[in-house]
Amino acid sequence: MEIDHSQPLEYSTEQNRLNILGFWIFLGAEIMLFATLFASYFTLVDRTGNGPAGAELFEITPVLAETFLLLTSSFVIGLGIHAMRIGNKKAMLTFFVITLLLGLGFIGFEITEFITYYREGATLQTSAFTSILFTTLGTHGAHVTLGLFWGLFIILQVKKRGLTPETANKSFIFSLYWHFLDIVWIFIFTFIYMKGMT
Amino acid sequence: MGFFSRFLIPNPSPVIYSSMVAIGVTVLLIIVGLTHFKKWFFLWSGWLTTVDHKRIGIMYLISALLMLFRGGVDAVMMRAQLAVPDNKLLDSQHYNEVFSTHGVVMILFMAMPYIMALMNFVVPLQIGARDVAFPRLNAVSFWLFFMGAMLFNISFVIGGSPDAGWTSYFPLAGNEFSPHVGTNYYMIGIQIAGIGTLMTGINFLTTILKMRAPGMTLMKMPMFTWSALVTSIIIIFAFPVLTVALIMGTMDRLFATKFFTMTDGGMDMLWANLFWVWGHPEVYILILPAFGLFSEIIPTFSRRNLYGYRSMVASMVFISIYSFFVWTHHFFTMGQAAYVNSIFSITTMVIAIPTGIKIFNWLFTMWKGRIRFTVPMLYSIGFIPLFTIGGVTGVMLAMSAADYQYHNTMFLVAHFHNVIIPGVVFAVLGAGTYYWPKMFGFMLNERIGKWAFWFLTIGFCLAFFPMYITGLDGQARRMYTYSESTGFGPLNMISFIGAALMAISFVLIVYTIYYSIRHAPRDVSDDPWDARSLEWATHNPVPEYNFAIIPQVNSRETFWDAKYKGHELFKGDYEKIHMPNNSGGPFILSCIFFVFGFALVFSIWFLAIIGLIGIFVCMAHRSFEIDHGHYISVEEIIETEAKFGGVNKWK
Repeated sequence: MEIDHSQPLEYSTEQNRLNILGFWIFLGAEIMLFATLFASYFTLVDRTGNGPAGAELFEITPVLAETFLLLTSSFVIGLGIHAMRIGNKKAMLTFFVITLLLGLGFIGFEITEFITYYREGATLQTSAFTSILFTTLGTHGAHVTLGLFWGLFIILQVKKRGLTPETANKSFIFSLYWHFLDIVWIFIFTFIYMKGMT
Repeated sequence: MGFFSRFLIPNPSPVIYSSMVAIGVTVLLIIVGLTHFKKWFFLWSGWLTTVDHKRIGIMYLISALLMLFRGGVDAVMMRAQLAVPDNKLLDSQHYNEVFSTHGVVMILFMAMPYIMALMNFVVPLQIGARDVAFPRLNAVSFWLFFMGAMLFNISFVIGGSPDAGWTSYFPLAGNEFSPHVGTNYYMIGIQIAGIGTLMTGINFLTTILKMRAPGMTLMKMPMFTWSALVTSIIIIFAFPVLTVALIMGTMDRLFATKFFTMTDGGMDMLWANLFWVWGHPEVYILILPAFGLFSEIIPTFSRRNLYGYRSMVASMVFISIYSFFVWTHHFFTMGQAAYVNSIFSITTMVIAIPTGIKIFNWLFTMWKGRIRFTVPMLYSIGFIPLFTIGGVTGVMLAMSAADYQYHNTMFLVAHFHNVIIPGVVFAVLGAGTYYWPKMFGFMLNERIGKWAFWFLTIGFCLAFFPMYITGLDGQARRMYTYSESTGFGPLNMISFIGAALMAISFVLIVYTIYYSIRHAPRDVSDDPWDARSLEWATHNPVPEYNFAIIPQVNSRETFWDAKYKGHELFKGDYEKIHMPNNSGGPFILSCIFFVFGFALVFSIWFLAIIGLIGIFVCMAHRSFEIDHGHYISVEEIIETEAKFGGVNKWK
């Protein structure tokens, strides 16, 4: 492997540069995936059948908590990548661990929220609206959950192997993924919760 | 339904039982053969674990030919059923299953992998690269496609085939009207194959953007590479829509969600819209690479450069964007407002303009050329008039008011076969013949190939042109029989004869492969067709590393320049070459996907959970794996090149 030292570690080999471009393209496909879910959500949002509508279900407190947790985690992973750039492995790992803990908190809140909805009579099968609501939120939540495992694996690798072109590349790509989930959440917060509450 | 009774075929017939026996015997023969000839290791190390884009391309090709046979048998059964009025060969349920699987198999498991075969084999060679950007992911793509296709195909012997049409419109495809598991197979088989296709799109876009040989700017890329680039972009934007639609359909069927139901707010038209938002770009995913292949074949056999390169690129880009704005034309009669139909009518008709530009460019390429009537060129020449007829009837169908007459009649069936067969099938058969010596090191027999071409072309005209007439007279598609008083009988008999001729051409194609394996000379040169682009600058068959020295590109037809204008293609000395390692990971992952999919089809939850865990374990294993690939030493390169007679012969 030829290592180009004029570039940051995560860009330093040809394969690394390919990986990063490839992952950006993958995120393009992910945007289409969520765009389709949002389009379906807007189509089905008023088709509540005999079930509850969004305004009856949504509460601002847990949603704000989730937003706060996820947005903070996105900022923290940015700090983690900054620490990686200046070669501070310990700081980087700390920031990554905080990121994942915040992500875990987000998932915890989301699960309790789902349980509340369920208690209020909104299940996956209640109406077209609840089906698409749970599917859209669930797809995002599943992405975050997958990210928790992925991030954990990367932390273990950086810990064991140090900051190499490979581990730096993986960490950077993971941060792209994590920021992306944050952006999707902003759309969910705005167009599902805020719009649904009014 | 009881646990075990779900695995039975809902409407068994002697045909299905004999197919079961045939499948069992074939599997047994393969296992015995592999063991007897001690080929298990060869199969595993050479093919199942390979990450070489050329071998993956060949595996795609073999799968596509197998699926062409499967889909072709379906087609002949349908034409035989309709050959005479009030025929009793197939009952209505069986007929429903046959037309549903025919559509899915031909589009997704024959045409797609055939295109993927050629993209995999040709694109890295055309851009002077040693492999794709992510070789391991490429193997994952192939095996996911393969397992998705196999899962779909076993539906026919375990549990029953999908019977709601290849479009699987809800509510027909819902549990209420399609109670047996067939449609589950549809949702999950296509999902698994579709994930593979999406990965291929990402892989090839990255490859083409980043791995071109020095000097090859975007506007110096060969036209097939351009078409692969545009196709990859369409795949990346279109396939996630299918993914979501299939997830919703699966959940409606397995978890009783209310997306597409008639009650509790569900909206059946949402499926139709999502399906065609993917489905229309999908037909361009098929046809654009086909256009790219014709753009390689026609210049080679006319001995002229491609006319109107820039307009070719511009029209492809235009088509790719427009392909996302026409989907409503698939259901003009299904309740939108008139102004919506009008807009989609216009966008649809506009697509004829860039397509027309391309047709004229091919004609001008041939104009005053010295044309050689080889098999690939015959397919290309046959394509132009036949495809134009298909295009013109497409414009007829695009007129939303008139479409009320054509919708879901045989006229429509004639139209889309008229574009797909001369467009895609002619392209892949022609290009298959064209690239055969590069893949296998010998030529296919031209004489038998020409017979196959004429049988196919005449058979095609006989099979599909009568459908335009019966369609206008009101014969509906997907009707399993008709009465004598309709008067459709004679024309349908002609269609059946045409289908039989096409079946003969398929047999001839297989025979030409067999004959050429036995008798064709093995000492063909590296450039048997006197071609123009880089893939012909390397050896025949292609060594593992493709090019011993990365070629220098100076123009759109570098190889032609190297042969006749003194361009120096290979500069510098041999250096050690970095290559990716083989891996069993993709194959194992895809096998687990197969088990997971099968468990979902039959709602066997414990197995599905085990499968899901298995998939994540594979991904975790990949994350922790350390794999730096391997190097091919200079000595080894010199040895290989000496066997082929040296690298610098094109200087």
